[in-house]
Amino acid sequence: MSQTTDSPIIRIQGLEKRFVGNNTDIFALRGIDLDIGRGDIFGIIGRSGAGKSTLVRCINMLERPTGGQVLFDRQDLCTLPDAALREARRSMGMIFQQFNLLMQRTALQNICFPLELAGVKADTARRRAEELLELVGLANRRDSYPSQLSGGQKQRVAIARALATRPRVLLCDEATSALDPATTDSILALIKDINAQLGITAVVITHEMSVIEKICSHVAIISKGVIVEQGAVEEIFFHPQTEAARRLVLPEALQNLPDGRYYRLIFNGRSSFEPVISNIVLECGCPVNIMYADTRDINGTAFGQMVLQLPEEDAARTRILTYAKAHSIMLEEMSHV
Amino acid sequence: MFDQQTVEMLLTGVWDTIYMTVVATFFSYIFGMVMGVVLVICRKDGIRPNALVYSVLDVVVNLTRSFPFLILMIAVIPFTRFLVGTTIGNNATVVPLVLAAAPFVARLVESSLLEVDHGVVEAAQSMGATTWQIISKVLLPEARPSLLNGSAVAAITILGYSAMSGAVGGGGLGKLAIMYGYNRYQTDIMIATVVLLIIIVQAFQSLGNWATRRSDKRTP
Repeated sequence: MSQTTDSPIIRIQGLEKRFVGNNTDIFALRGIDLDIGRGDIFGIIGRSGAGKSTLVRCINMLERPTGGQVLFDRQDLCTLPDAALREARRSMGMIFQQFNLLMQRTALQNICFPLELAGVKADTARRRAEELLELVGLANRRDSYPSQLSGGQKQRVAIARALATRPRVLLCDEATSALDPATTDSILALIKDINAQLGITAVVITHEMSVIEKICSHVAIISKGVIVEQGAVEEIFFHPQTEAARRLVLPEALQNLPDGRYYRLIFNGRSSFEPVISNIVLECGCPVNIMYADTRDINGTAFGQMVLQLPEEDAARTRILTYAKAHSIMLEEMSHV
Repeated sequence: MFDQQTVEMLLTGVWDTIYMTVVATFFSYIFGMVMGVVLVICRKDGIRPNALVYSVLDVVVNLTRSFPFLILMIAVIPFTRFLVGTTIGNNATVVPLVLAAAPFVARLVESSLLEVDHGVVEAAQSMGATTWQIISKVLLPEARPSLLNGSAVAAITILGYSAMSGAVGGGGLGKLAIMYGYNRYQTDIMIATVVLLIIIVQAFQSLGNWATRRSDKRTP
């Protein structure tokens, strides 16, 4: 198998998943094109029912696509015979929202499970499993059954299990959605660590923008079975092009603003040292109304955003916009949300 | 209360009943387990969907289960003779017992295996498990507590059938109850056999419960 370092590890082309319905067929996915780069943490975000889970399950053929290609290291998984597909699946670990651990096996035995499937000798498997328990910080729970572990611990065991066969890709299907915020953060940190330390590409399916912001380098937004926008996370955050992207970047509370002219002001590290709002008000001599403000940590850099209501009056508004432009302040009008 | 001879007869009856039940349960599981597994994996949402195999087996199981045991037992007499060489006694009774109980066991096994979380099966598939590995390493071990619980139910049902078989040549406590209790109006022997049957049923159920509890790791 040829592997060039710059070719995407997963390339999805024209992927389609159609379910046969009573009257008309239902498209769960349509015309999906995605390149997932080697070593990326690639987020796929969408609301429930958007098709994101179907998409990730098409990557390892748990769900059979009805059209298109899924190339994993240039090998089309859709046309692979069963035995070769099983082999390819060992190079792709997967973790799930409900952990899906074997309830009748201990943590250690769960991690040994994929190795047993692959025919690895029992003592070799055990050693590897112990190593992995160490990696996920559960060395002291090796003989615990899943029912004796917390949600976060179960997901750690699941991660260790997914890594047992030394995969090149880790698929995470809503892996933190059943966990509380603190545990979510620790699991995300672990995924990020694994990505950095072992160079494993991660595909992260989620419905939460915060998950994307915390660990992803790239993101694709899926809505109604179609990828509506994709790119680097900062890019999407700064310049959301579509309705779906804007909905993710801005909180729910802003979905129903009263009529008015709203603008989104984005701060990066530099501009946060300047009193931007005060300057605008003083320089332009007209008031602005702050509707919303927050800061987000995107890949370790703090970014702030504010939603401002500017005066209805055109002259005043133009003054503010001109001022912003002159001082390279990112201020863009929000099409009505 | 009873003389030496009667006590010995009852003890032999107990032994015969346990022997028939255990042997028949064992063989019923060999066939029933296979049928149950096939039913589960060939279902529409199973891991090897196969509508033809599923519906044929489904019908066969239902048909066999709707036969009254006594009728079935008489109907298979030629088959029993062919297999065991006789149609009376413990070993001869085992044949119709297995025939009657295997489809029942198939249903028990089927429902136990269906309890296994589909997500776990999917996880195994995502790790490249073969169909056989999913059966042997996921479905059966994960369903073990439920299977053990079912086996107590099956054993007790088979025990009931074996008592019935006393009417047409089977041995054990059922035969004693019919011969002495019913045909010869010896109510004391009738009561004794019933009490003994109750004790055996209790013992099977307790054993089943104990094994289920012991094997279940789902509760901390």
